[in-house]
Amino acid sequence: MAKTNYESVVVLTPVLSEKMMQEAVSSFEKLITENGGELIHKENWGLTKMAYPIQKKTTGFYQIFEFAAEPDAEIVDKLELAYRRDEQVLRYLCLKLDKHAVKYNERRRNGEFNKPKKADAPEAAKPAPKEKAAPVAEAKVETASNEEED
Amino acid sequence: MAKRRRYTRTPIVRPKKYCRFKKSGIKYIDYKNPDFLMAFINEQGKLLPRRITGTSLKYQRKIAQAVKRCRHIALLPYVADQMK
Repeated sequence: MAKTNYESVVVLTPVLSEKMMQEAVSSFEKLITENGGELIHKENWGLTKMAYPIQKKTTGFYQIFEFAAEPDAEIVDKLELAYRRDEQVLRYLCLKLDKHAVKYNERRRNGEFNKPKKADAPEAAKPAPKEKAAPVAEAKVETASNEEED
Repeated sequence: MAKRRRYTRTPIVRPKKYCRFKKSGIKYIDYKNPDFLMAFINEQGKLLPRRITGTSLKYQRKIAQAVKRCRHIALLPYVADQMK
């Protein structure tokens, strides 16, 4: 059976030392490879500020794994169980990647986007329409008030 | 004597909205990129409706999914007062 690509993001507590963090990461890696998973890519964002506090912590170590595995191997179940048992893990997210996501991740790894960490190819195209939307709304209000003055 | 008011409706010409994903051929929306997803949420961190962003239904669903995942891994807030 064809292998499926998975992606897993795990947020580790910031109280760990760099070494402890690396150890935790390598233990998860080992779990993936030992269960017949093929690690495609891993990424460490280091200590990153979170948008809201989790367990009274405002930062966390972000680690991303991308791996291919047989769906029958139940590797995600095992990984999630390990995450839940590990007190160092603040948050985790495991996903099955569809074909578009696989393609996107490949391009991202090859650095086809401006910033390797968080950038999207169409970034330049994005803000323009957004800004356009606001003036339109204002213009509408203006014309409305003009009508009343007439 | 009160001035007679005339209501004339001037047509408002607005640029046509379009789905940016369809236009630039984006198939996958990355949930690990909060800066990009910022374009689809308001300053309270709520999802913007399609009628404002012009996104097609197919990609609006994907945006919603990506924003929710992004919130879960604490890259975007669930609630915020002023985030922009």
